[in-house]
Amino acid sequence: MIIASNVSKRFGKLQALNNVSVTCNKGECIALIGPNGSGKTTLIKSILGMVVPDSGFITFNGNNILHHWQYRNNIGYMPQIGRYPDNMRIADVLDMMKDIRGHKGAMDEELVAAFELDKLKHKRMRTLSGGTRQKVSACMAFLFDPQVLILDEPTAGLDPVASEILKEKIITEKKKGKLVMVTSHILSELDDLVTQVIYMQDGELRFHKSIEALRADTGQEKLSKAIAHVMLNTAL
Amino acid sequence: MKKIIKYVMADILRNRIVLVYLFFLLVASFSVFSLEDNSSKGLLSLLNIVLLVVPLISIIFSTIYVYNSAEFIELLVSQPLKRRTIWISLFVGLAGSLSIAFFVGVGIPVLLYEANLTGIMMIGVGLLLSVIFVAIAMLAAVWTRDKAKGIGVAIMLWVYFSILFDGLVLFLLFQLADYPLEKAMVGISALNPIDLSRILILLQLDVSAMMGYTGAIFKDFFGTASGMVISLSVLLVWILLPVWLSVRNFNRKDL
Repeated sequence: MIIASNVSKRFGKLQALNNVSVTCNKGECIALIGPNGSGKTTLIKSILGMVVPDSGFITFNGNNILHHWQYRNNIGYMPQIGRYPDNMRIADVLDMMKDIRGHKGAMDEELVAAFELDKLKHKRMRTLSGGTRQKVSACMAFLFDPQVLILDEPTAGLDPVASEILKEKIITEKKKGKLVMVTSHILSELDDLVTQVIYMQDGELRFHKSIEALRADTGQEKLSKAIAHVMLNTAL
Repeated sequence: MKKIIKYVMADILRNRIVLVYLFFLLVASFSVFSLEDNSSKGLLSLLNIVLLVVPLISIIFSTIYVYNSAEFIELLVSQPLKRRTIWISLFVGLAGSLSIAFFVGVGIPVLLYEANLTGIMMIGVGLLLSVIFVAIAMLAAVWTRDKAKGIGVAIMLWVYFSILFDGLVLFLLFQLADYPLEKAMVGISALNPIDLSRILILLQLDVSAMMGYTGAIFKDFFGTASGMVISLSVLLVWILLPVWLSVRNFNRKDL
């Protein structure tokens, strides 16, 4: 579904992505894992067209994304930090998104209901806490029932109840056959979500394995232990 | 495009700084007109306020707004929209709302007290200046990644256009006093939208006699219909060129 071929990107002296190639297919839930500054967010931004790679290309359903901006109709993106114009209300932001997308099919407002955003609808964005803003971002990612969900640190800043709701939602969407890409530093909560793991370091793709293969290779049941095992071994 | 403009404008018009700006212009205009018994003198005083304050607020507010919207712009880029659409909508939203603020703050009082060609000209020039400095601000914001640096650049640009430019021109005039520079001055004034606007209005006010021989040349050029059209076109170029450059830059920018 999404294929990145030999993608490289350099920011000044920093090689953010170095010859990264990945293939992501429908029905997978992929965890992007790696230390800070390993290029996870740059990879996500390249897929979304926010960062233009220096070399290599990315295709979405066979079309090079450089020339087909419409592919973003099929993506729901939840950014790491959601900031919105100060004087907009939650309802305005959601309405604006609906306007921009011009989505014909049914809206998926399950999360809006689950997070009880209806009660806060008339609050201005500048008055919201970080967690509530994060909830708004999450709602927008799922609102248009996209085929691909890209979630950058989705549970950062959410309270335990909300992050549980979000995880449940991710699992149901995965079961519907959608492609989900998640980055997170809290590995323990990825355990029951992911089917594939992409591990990045210094802008390079270290491995892309299914979780079963990773468990078998490292002999660890928990994802956090397995990754720790990998990190220690690569350090040596 | 219209959809984003609508929401951006609604957001900016509720912004406290824009409301204070509008209120300040309103108070300044009404007090200037009620202090002077001759309302055309009032217009002259108002002109000086407008030429100083409008570019300052337009350029600094727009720069800060663009930087504060960085995450919002990222979110818009991740939506199925062309980058050009996003950037131009943002420009139109900013320019539109600051123009509305100017029109309510200065335009309405001027129309009440001095609704003649000069007054209308002044409103037009003020609106153009608002838009020009929004365009310049967006160019400054797209060029520099760092917020503090970007705002610094915006302030420097304002200082240059409002103060330094005149100093440089004076310096040139004194250094090259032996040469006939009067005609060249017409060309040089096109390099600064604020100066160009000032000349356009002053000539309407018939105080050009005070500007000596250069004033006469200005009158010769800007006083005619074709001169007026040319200078208005130059002001339009001051809008289109920065917008075009910033769109080109934004299209390739990594967010």
